[in-house]
Parts: sequence; C-alpha cells; structure tokens
Amino acid sequence: MAAAARFTVVGGGLAGLMTTIKLAEAGHQVDILSLVPVKRSHSVCAQGGINGAVNTKGEGDHPDIHVKDTLRGGDFLAEQVSVKGMCYAAPGIIYLLDRMGVTFNRTPEGLLDFRRFGGTLHHRTAFAGATTGQQLLYALDEQVRRWEAEGRVTKYEYWEWLGMVKDGSGRCIGSAAMDLRTNEIRTLPAEAVCLATGGPGIVFGRSTNSIINTGTAAGRAFMEGALYANGEFIQVHPTSIPGEDKLRLMSESVRGEGGRVWVPKTKGDTRPPQAIPESERWYFLEERYPKYKNLVPRDVATREIFQVCREMGMGLGGQDAVYLDVTHIPAKTLDAKLKGVMEIYEKFVGDDPRNVPMKIFPGMHYSMGGLYVNFERGPNDEPLAGSPVNQSTNIPGLYAAGEADYAYHGANRLGANSLLSCIYGGMIGGPAMVAFAKNQAKSAADADNQKYFAEAKKFWEERFSGIKAMQGKENPFQLAKELGDVMTENCTVVRYNDRLKKAVERIREFKDRWKNVNALDTSTVANRHISYVNQLWNMFELAEVIAKSALLRDECRGAHYKPDFKLPEPKSKDPREDAEWMEKWRERNEKWAKLSIAKHNPEGPDISYEDLPTPVLEPEPRWYA
Amino acid sequence: MDTATAQAPAITGTKHVKFRIWRQEGPDGQGHFDEFRVPYRPGANVISCLMEIQRNPVTIDGKQVAPIIWDAACLEEVCGSCAMNINGRVRMACSALIDKVIGEGEAIITLEPMKKFPVTRDLAVDRSRMFEALKRVKGWIPVDGTHNLGPGPRQSPKEQSTMYVLSTCITCGSCVEACPQVTLENNFIGAAAISQARLFNMNPTGRMNSEERVRGIMGPGGIQDCGKAQNCVKVCPKEIPLTTSIAVMNREVTKQVVKDIFFSMGDDNQSTGGPG
Repeated sequence: MAAAARFTVVGGGLAGLMTTIKLAEAGHQVDILSLVPVKRSHSVCAQGGINGAVNTKGEGDHPDIHVKDTLRGGDFLAEQVSVKGMCYAAPGIIYLLDRMGVTFNRTPEGLLDFRRFGGTLHHRTAFAGATTGQQLLYALDEQVRRWEAEGRVTKYEYWEWLGMVKDGSGRCIGSAAMDLRTNEIRTLPAEAVCLATGGPGIVFGRSTNSIINTGTAAGRAFMEGALYANGEFIQVHPTSIPGEDKLRLMSESVRGEGGRVWVPKTKGDTRPPQAIPESERWYFLEERYPKYKNLVPRDVATREIFQVCREMGMGLGGQDAVYLDVTHIPAKTLDAKLKGVMEIYEKFVGDDPRNVPMKIFPGMHYSMGGLYVNFERGPNDEPLAGSPVNQSTNIPGLYAAGEADYAYHGANRLGANSLLSCIYGGMIGGPAMVAFAKNQAKSAADADNQKYFAEAKKFWEERFSGIKAMQGKENPFQLAKELGDVMTENCTVVRYNDRLKKAVERIREFKDRWKNVNALDTSTVANRHISYVNQLWNMFELAEVIAKSALLRDECRGAHYKPDFKLPEPKSKDPREDAEWMEKWRERNEKWAKLSIAKHNPEGPDISYEDLPTPVLEPEPRWYA
Repeated sequence: MDTATAQAPAITGTKHVKFRIWRQEGPDGQGHFDEFRVPYRPGANVISCLMEIQRNPVTIDGKQVAPIIWDAACLEEVCGSCAMNINGRVRMACSALIDKVIGEGEAIITLEPMKKFPVTRDLAVDRSRMFEALKRVKGWIPVDGTHNLGPGPRQSPKEQSTMYVLSTCITCGSCVEACPQVTLENNFIGAAAISQARLFNMNPTGRMNSEERVRGIMGPGGIQDCGKAQNCVKVCPKEIPLTTSIAVMNREVTKQVVKDIFFSMGDDNQSTGGPG
C-alpha cells in the first residue's frame, strides 16, 4: 500500500464522516459518496443526545454500567466486544465533540450537562438542545470540510453507490457509482470501501427516517454476497406524530426531561386534556414500571402504548393516540432543553405543546439489524486497536458502520446510543481499513484490475439503459407505498406467523410486479427515477430479509414480539426467584440467543443462526418492572 | 389516528389543490409550468402533494409527464434540502402545510426553484456556493486531532445558548435567495456564512483563529457587499438573528481594517493569536 492510499466511504452521516476523518488524519485520500450534500444526511434528525458514562452528576455512573444497560436493553443479542469498546470510548468521544465546538448544553458551572434517557437510571446523555444529531453532524461536517480544503477529501455529493467492484479473488477493490445530476456512471478504485449508508426506514413507507433511507446500498451489498444479520429487529419508537408524508419523531428526551405519557381513565372521555383532573388520568407507564416509569426501553414503551390503544381501546377518542404531556414543565426549561422538538410539534400539528399535551403514537424508527461485521477481541474484551477485522463484513475490503451494521444494539437499541455507535464505528473502522490495505499484496488500482472496473461500468450502464426502457404499467412509487403498508402492518410491533408468511408472499409478488414497472422518465438530465427503480428492487431484498427473519424467530426478544410464543408471566416480581420460570427462560434462551444471518438467494434469503459469544456479560432475564 | 389531521381546520368546498410547478431540464434548459390537481387531505404539506404526483404523474390536461424532481430528505425542517419558492416566497416545502399556504384564497399553489442558484432540474438547485462560502470563512474548529485530549473549555450556559441558535443553520439557502445583493453571477457569500464566522469566533477555541475568519469575510464578495436590506432574517426558517451576526462581524472587520492601517501586515498578531 502506498503511504497515502485511496479509500471510499459511502454515506455522509456520522459514521461515514468519522470514518473519513480517521482516514484523512492518517494521511490518506478519501472519496465520500453521498446521495445528498453530507450536511443533509439523516444523522441531522437525531434529537435527544449521545450517551457516555461521564458521571458528572455524582451518581456513580461507570462505563461498565453503560455496557450492562446496553446489553440488557438489547436483550443480549448485541455483539458484546464492540459494545464494551463503545461504552468505554464514549466519554472520550463526547469530549472530542466538545472540543470540535458542539454547542452542548451546560451546567451552571460551565460543564457538560447530562440528562436521563430510556433503559438506564443514570443521567448519561449529553445533548445540544433537542437537535443533538444535527449539532454532531455539523461538527464532523466542519472537520471534513477542513480536510476537503486541504485536498485530502473529495466529496461526491449527489452520487449514488451502485455496487461493489470485486477482483477475481472476491476482494472488494472499489465501487460503481452514478452521478444523480448527469446520470454518468463511474467506477472508483479503493483499497477498502466502507458502507455507512444508514438504515432501511423507507422500506416501511412512512417512518421517522429521511426519505433517502431506502437501505438500497445495504440491499445491493447483500445481493452481492454480504451477509445481513438480525434483520428482524426493527425499532418502533414510542413517540412520533403521524403525518401524510412521514412520522415525525418526538424525542425520548421529552420523557427524559419529565414528560409523562397518559390517557383518560374513562374510555371515550371527550373532555379536552386540560379539563381532565389528575385523578382521572391513567399514567400507565408510571403505574406499570414504578422504577423506570416513562423511561422504560423503547420496545417496552411501544408495546404498552400499542396495547392501551389497540387491545384496550383506551386511545384518545378510541383512536391510535396517547398524550405525551410536558405542560407541567416550565416553558423556560422546555425552550432551553427541548426547543427543537417543541417547534416541530408546533409547526406540523399547530398546537403549542407547552400548553396542550401532545398526541403521539409509535412509529418505525431504526433497524438494529444490518450488514454482518466482525471484530477482533483484544485485551479487556474490547475490539483490538488497529485490527483490520473491526467493522469488516464477510467480503474482504468491504466495511460497514453506523445503522448499516448490525452489531451494537442487539434486539433493541437504547436511546442516545445510536449517535455513539455511529461515531465509535467510524473511529475503529477507519483504522481497520488502513490495516487491511497494508496487508494486501496488490493495490486496488493495479493495472491488472482494470478489466474488473470496465466490466462493472458496462454492467451498470446496461442495467440503467434497461431500466430507462421499462414501460410497464406499475408506478414504482405506488409499488413502494404498497410495500410500506405490508411491512408496517406485519413487521413492526406485534407479529404473527400466518401474517408474516403472507407478507413474504406479498414481497415476492412485488418482485414480480417490479418487472412490469414504468420508469416514468426518459430524460438524460438528473433522472432520479431510474435510480429509484433500481433502489426499489434493493428495498424488496431487504424487506424479504426482514420479514423472513421475523417469521422464523419463534420467541419474544426486544423489539421482536410474537404473542404466540410468549413465556408465561413469572410468579415472582423478580423472575430469577421463580425457579420453574427460569428453567423455561433458560431453555428458550439456549435455543434463540443467536444471531440470525441472511445470505442472498434469488429464491429468497437463506436464514441461518450463529452462536453469540458472551465474554462480557452472561444473558439474564430482562425485566424492568 | 392522524393527530395532524385532528388539528387541521377543514377547508370547505375544496376537494382538490391545484399546483403550478416549474419544469426545467438543467441549468440552461427552457422552462415551463405543468399543472396538477391533487386530492386535498387535511394535514398535507407541499411534500406529501409532490409525493402524490409521483404516484400519478398526470397533468390537468391528462398528459403523462415525468414526476417532479425536487430535493428533500428529512421532512422536518432540519436537513435544509427542500427550500423552494412557494407562491413567490422562499420557504421549506416540508413545513409548508397546504392549509397555511392557501389560506383563505384560491387553492392554487405555485412552486418554483430558488432563483439565486443554478437549476439542476425542475425544483432542484445546486447550492454549492453555500458550502464554498463555509470554506472561505473557515467554518470549523481546528482541533489538534481526534485522539482523546480530555474535555474542551468550559462555557457558560449563556454563551452556549447564543452559539446554539447560530449553530442551527441548516444551509438551506433561503437567506441567499431573499438577498437583493445576490445574483446568479456574483459571489457574495451571504448571511449564512457570515453568521457561521461569528459562531466560530465566539467559541473559546475558535477565537484563537478569529482573524482568519474576519479576513475570510473581507474582500470581493465579502461582508461589505451587504446592502442591509434585512430580507435574510425575515425568511430564515430557523429564526437565526442573521442581521445581528452581520452587525457583529461588520464591527470585527472594521477593527481589523483599523488595525491593518496602524500596523503593517504580519507584524502584529498578538491580540488574535496570529493566522493559524
């Protein structure tokens, strides 16, 4: 490898930008491919904060407790070595962001302020108002702009990653990409490629995700041989505002700052919320979870809200909605700590949440599953520093980081751990790519490899001229909407095997109907519709992985909930005191505490299961009551 | 239930919303309007209507056309993508609720691309000049590296709250679009970049390189091109005090000019820490 080698990072969110910074800082050249200017990547949407056990509140918080909360929160399906590394690195990452100028909220003494979040009893979340993701993304965007100004980074904005270029041995030696403004197709050689392409929210139609989050890159990499793990674990955020075009997130930090979830005690109570006295309100989360109250993990809160609305019919006006109430919190506090989300509610709903309780309902939010990646276990059971294995997929030379990888969140992600996992993934992924490149006998840009790049370019040019010629009856956007409806209906909060089976069949039908699509646009200028038609297929691929993985996992774990396979309630408050129940739990855990691994097959994904080493923490029953 | 629906006032007698949308192929292409009729839905915004057109791209005259090209990502006014002219006023298409846009008047909504940026296609424009301006003002903190060096400098909550507001700029380009000084041809950096220079000069570490940023906003296309029309602050979707930022940075520039007169360039860098 040359002293200054060339790498490609796909995606300009937190994971991609941190990977880029690490590569540039080490003296290398980086090409960043991004569908949008990197400053507009989906990380901007993160609101609540970033976790790190800095322990500035004298609560005795420690990275070990952060590790334990994260692994329990993920119902023991997260990759433990990477989680431990992440939690131990977290305070340093927050300090780094502070040094980069993130406008974190401060204590009166001028220190970083921390707030409560779900799934922990500690003040562990650093925050910048309620637009923390935006502030973090901007900090990294600024650092990357600095490297860009120095010529170390080249941005390919409005460029779409199409697929890998592999050499004869199967090593990823670069990418094929398309300029969305000119539709030019180009190949980019790279010593290693990192997919930091985010999650697949748009596979569910409406979600809290940005509309660029189709999961297309992960879907294509999967088709090209990358393994996809834990696809069935989809986080549905408890509090979002349903809208025609998207579900807008109401941050968990609203509850972290004291927001309370309730419905009227009397079914069908039509009084305005302010007219309902305290004694006639049912704070169901506080009642059922006296210790964590409104800050139970997201999967738990979501199921409770779902049950209250769908099973008990106690939703507001009999509909899918409950109150999220901050009217008891002084407006000044709300403005200092939650202004961003208060404004979103005001702008998109029209009510001022400072005076009127918000109406919210769960919405699809995050994929815990993603591209399968590896880590090399080092001393202290953290990823070995500088190992080429960290964040590597099963394809040599292909890395993944951020929501696109499966590793850090198991069966359910804790709030404010995603910004952290994105940045940590980039911090260890960048150096891993360099280490990989150093071990290669031949550079990706070697003259011998030219034929592979030429083949890839030809393949994609033909593929898109084929798509452009498609003049069938199916409108691709309509097809995507139908896919979203099927996924939201069957693959979110409550899952049943008969319905999942039908969902898989429906997805197979969509794939057939895709062949009869109309590309709608024959223009040679900024034709984004041909790009969309191609993406749509990749969305079907991921949808099928998600639905089939959900179908095959017959248990309840984290966000994956099947009433037909639920263990009975334990007889004691602490389940560990019920020996009979513990036996059932052990048996269940023995069978299912495994990663689901999807491998591409044109006939539908092959799903297998892989044991998950637990060097950091032995699994235990997860309960929050 | 759609909570957004529950809050929206019903518009009586209106079943459809008519859209006039600018179509243009590339920066030099000839443009024209296409008209579409979209079923009215309570709680709808301009984006959800554009999505509806995607699913059925047929004009009022029954002509099948390519769906509209426009920029959008987050749909919650934080990514800065979807700024466009809506009924002649620049604003974010995601937060443009149909009820508010059409008000009491006739239900016609005209969508046009921003005019101070080259058109990519239809409503999508190339806002590179916004990002180039951020390079010019060196809008970053020059950290020593990404290794762990412990916490940054302490800051008071008051300083934080001022800087936080400045740092919520979404680079949407609305301020530049509304500015009478900006044209497609000139290179005035605009209010957003000037305000970013102020942000980084307030930061305790960023302050060490304040002179670089002050110099960045001097010279051709710099702050002196501001005509004080104050349109920028009126259209900013994030309500950033842009004119205050311009005033603050104007004072910094004046100080620098005076300093430059009294001291020959390069001799005196003591008060600013020198160009980094």
